[in-house]
Amino acid sequence: MIVSVQKEDFDASTACAEMARVSGAGALVTFVGTVRDYSDASDILSMEIEHYPGMTEKELERVSMQAAKAYDIFDSLIIHRYGLLQPQDNIVLVAVWSRHRAAAFDACRFLIDVLKTSAPFWKKEITPQGSRWVTDCPGCRAGSREGHSHSVPSAHPDQRLHSS
Amino acid sequence: MIHVKFFASVRERVGSAEMQLACPPGGFTVEEVLTMVEGQAGTELHDAHLLASLNQQHVPFTASVKDEDEVAFFPPVTGG
Repeated sequence: MIVSVQKEDFDASTACAEMARVSGAGALVTFVGTVRDYSDASDILSMEIEHYPGMTEKELERVSMQAAKAYDIFDSLIIHRYGLLQPQDNIVLVAVWSRHRAAAFDACRFLIDVLKTSAPFWKKEITPQGSRWVTDCPGCRAGSREGHSHSVPSAHPDQRLHSS
Repeated sequence: MIHVKFFASVRERVGSAEMQLACPPGGFTVEEVLTMVEGQAGTELHDAHLLASLNQQHVPFTASVKDEDEVAFFPPVTGG
């Protein structure tokens, strides 16, 4: 179980390959969250992510322990970035190793859903109209399987559903 | 002393990232710490969405605070 809060970018494949080999694992599920280039009908020029050093790591370790108890998994990895990010940049990686796929999928979803409501990170969007703090989104909090709108501009009809 | 930290929009409203408060003999609740902060900062912070932590763990505003504790106030988290 590893957590990392860092400014630096990550490569999901490299990060997973650098984990100690998990004996008996038959499944690896990963989730990568990235910076959208739109929100609430406005373009996003960049995004600043602030966090609470110390508490952030404790919360990520706590949710990782919760996942290890709740699901039949071997190991997990969470990397979350902070600082100034650009559209399409990586924000977060959640990876879970298990014997079978179901537990890995379930635990990965659990980790990203709980992380979004408990880990002390805050996003500030920099748009052409100025900067604004991202507010708590009920759809994001619920992790809706059907997706939900973030008021995608018409220029992005193929991205109408929010994927994370 | 009680060490108080502020993050994101709350930090901007307070105008500072940290504040030190003298701890009374009987201690405080988180709610009382917030009231003290509002008095010193000269701004209203109470709202239905405000969150608090005590020694880097989420807590309700009824939690007890003692000398040398670290309290933080912040808006709902938006990571991931």
